[in-house]
Amino acid sequence: MARVGVFICHCGTNISGAVDVARVVEAAQKMPMVVIASDNKYTCSEPGQASIRQAIVSNKLNRVVIAACSPRMHEPTFRKAVSAAGLNPYLLEIANIREQCSWVHSHDREKATAKAIELVKMAVAKVIRHEPLYPREVPVTKRALVIGGGITGIQAALDIANAGHEVVLLEQEPSIGGRMAQLDKTFPTLDCSACILTPKMVDVANHPKIRLLTYAEIKEVRGFVGNFKVEITQKARKVDYSKCTGCGTCWQKCPEKTPSEFDLGLGKRPSIYIPFAQAVPTKPVIDTDSCRYIKYRQWLAAGEQGKKPPECRICEKICPTGSIAWDQEPQTITEEFGAIVVATGFQVYDHRHYEEYGGGAYPDVISGMQLERLMNASGPTGGEIVRPSDGTHPKTVAFVCCVGSRDQAKGRTYCSKVCCMYTAKHAIMLKEHDPDVQCYIFYIDVRTGGKDYEEFYLRTLDDAGAIYIKGRPSKIYRDGKKMIVLGEDALMGRPIELAADLVVLATGMEPRTGADKLAQKLNISYNTYHFLVEAHPKLRPVETQTDGIFVAGACVGPRDIPESVAQGSAAAAKVAGLFSSDTLVTDPITSVVNRERCTGCLLCVAICPYKAIDCETTRDTRVVAVVNESLCKGCGLCVGACRPKAIDLRGFTSQQILEEVNSLWS
Amino acid sequence: MISAQNTIRPRPHTTYRSFVEAHIRQSIAQCYQCGKCTAGCPVAYTMELTPRRVIRALQLGLENELENSSTMWICLSCLTCSARCPREINIAGVMEALRLATIGKKPTPDQKKFRLFHDLFIMSFQFSGRAYELGLGMAYNVMSGQFLNMASIIPGMLRRGKLAFLPHKSRGSETQHIFQRLEGQNKAMNQAEAGTK
Repeated sequence: MARVGVFICHCGTNISGAVDVARVVEAAQKMPMVVIASDNKYTCSEPGQASIRQAIVSNKLNRVVIAACSPRMHEPTFRKAVSAAGLNPYLLEIANIREQCSWVHSHDREKATAKAIELVKMAVAKVIRHEPLYPREVPVTKRALVIGGGITGIQAALDIANAGHEVVLLEQEPSIGGRMAQLDKTFPTLDCSACILTPKMVDVANHPKIRLLTYAEIKEVRGFVGNFKVEITQKARKVDYSKCTGCGTCWQKCPEKTPSEFDLGLGKRPSIYIPFAQAVPTKPVIDTDSCRYIKYRQWLAAGEQGKKPPECRICEKICPTGSIAWDQEPQTITEEFGAIVVATGFQVYDHRHYEEYGGGAYPDVISGMQLERLMNASGPTGGEIVRPSDGTHPKTVAFVCCVGSRDQAKGRTYCSKVCCMYTAKHAIMLKEHDPDVQCYIFYIDVRTGGKDYEEFYLRTLDDAGAIYIKGRPSKIYRDGKKMIVLGEDALMGRPIELAADLVVLATGMEPRTGADKLAQKLNISYNTYHFLVEAHPKLRPVETQTDGIFVAGACVGPRDIPESVAQGSAAAAKVAGLFSSDTLVTDPITSVVNRERCTGCLLCVAICPYKAIDCETTRDTRVVAVVNESLCKGCGLCVGACRPKAIDLRGFTSQQILEEVNSLWS
Repeated sequence: MISAQNTIRPRPHTTYRSFVEAHIRQSIAQCYQCGKCTAGCPVAYTMELTPRRVIRALQLGLENELENSSTMWICLSCLTCSARCPREINIAGVMEALRLATIGKKPTPDQKKFRLFHDLFIMSFQFSGRAYELGLGMAYNVMSGQFLNMASIIPGMLRRGKLAFLPHKSRGSETQHIFQRLEGQNKAMNQAEAGTK
């Protein structure tokens, strides 16, 4: 037999200003199974909570209804209060008579009071059908996976590891370092990028708590917060890392040369290679697309058709440790993690999409990242800034901002945020390299939001004497040795024609190719540009809608280095917080499947936004849906979708909802 | 071809620019073209090339535009632009430099009026030590061939005491000293120039 206590809150005058609380109390006393009904000025206050506790004990209550503010506000508070009196905290129902009644009906006291009474009546009808619910505890695997070995991932991995937890840092390329490793200097301080990055890379390599998995990719992710099971594909390096010492003999002797990805095609690298001198790990991989011997093996396998490639194998012959492993195949590793940090970063927009700027056909129209490589002392030209076409030193350099940014026609409506600043840096650096250089910068707006950024931009005017031209060029073409840039000087309102030796396109940021596929594997959202979506852009910037999966850095949106580092640390703090307890308490308000009624249509599996429903085969060989209670958020979508009505939501069962509705007519 | 003439082909290093920059001891590149100079200029409404655009023309090396412009002759040297420039560029100084740079050149028809007024103003000042408005106005009207220009406002201004029939002579001779000093400087400069040749 249910014994219900109803407690009605005045909320100061928030509720009593529009609702006649005394009448609600009077009406509640007459409702079925109600043993006691009373009111309180502030139910959430300590005296208010004490009166509830006391009433539960003295009236032997086994159900409680509190008519007050939204359950989003104080449900946890009152659950605790009920629990303190010895009652199961889920035998409580909140009737929201503030947000859904007094605040919206403040003009009509009569009707507001009537509505409040009905809301209480519904809550009483529902609470009678409540069952005690018990939260479950799931263990937490205190190991984190960081996806992406750029500066963001490096920072996140170091911070998690320094908090005392094991970390696996996964990188798809042969070395960690990411885009920052390609940069020459960093704005606005002109710190050498490698000088501040490579020590951190070494820290990662030497940290006892960090395991580095380079040249590897995510294959599949299963499980839930605290208990992820991740399948990782280790790509075939064709080099046995347990034997290799990274002595460098092989990559010095390899006769095959192919355009270097790291130098964006401006330089060449051997087929067995490390991407750059300070790579971590300093052990090579063999590029199976260009290696002569691999081609030879493919030729053999294909039945010796066509021209015979040379059977090179020089690396194998000269390797002092016998590390070359031609038969190495991709491997799948399965690991368990409690949390995942996604830091897959960005790639530079491919300016070949801009036909009007030459579509990549002109060697002297380069991207900002290519200029970084040209400026870099360890770059393909040893730091000499020359025209890729003829190797001469450019004297007039044109920069074009917003290439692949702020361009709806190219599907890139957003501002990439860093291009204004890196262009300013390029103008300053070019002037430092060669005082005879004159830079022209075509821009729409100069955006310098950041500490010391505006001051840095002003240096391009004061020190480098750069000329900013407001207007977006419409065409770039070659005229003899010069590149002609056609634009408008919006400030004079006249067309402008600039004959430049070198054109640098300030290409924007876009997410890494495959960011969308990875997001699908992780069950996190991404936007139209394939940037990952955070749980809240302001208040939960590194969390996702999936518990235990965090995002950081430029995979979420255009970020500069300071922001990326801050986000890496923020994600690490979230992971450390998650790992601070041995178990996680999960909310018992979840879906539950009646296996007898389930027809196995599995519509629920497809509809569940949290991937919480799976199927299994019963002993009588029927396929039925099964809910993973740790993943289920209790949204109720599956309940609505289930045709045979086999699914119910604990705490919100169909019967409870029906009782609520029926109570209005009884 | 009109369009081809209209097209800007930037030349950042011109003698004009070096002259102006030497005069104000600042780099014109510092200007980020916010337009506050034009916004505050009390006579910008009469200019074809506003103060911001003059700076822009200097940045891009548009010598023709500068030579044909009357902006520097319209400029009142009130210094509002210089006082309010967020980049602390001496824009009034730029105008002064441009006057110096073009003073020896044949004025364009447009510039003629402004140059004439300018010369008469200095003469009037040299003559009485103060601006003699009535004399200046009459001289300007006669010499520019528009005899009755603004004549209708004269009676009212006389009645309200805003115009005097006769010039005020300034006390002392400070202004005379200024002109004498300038003459001396000019002479010295000319001699020095002759010496170097």
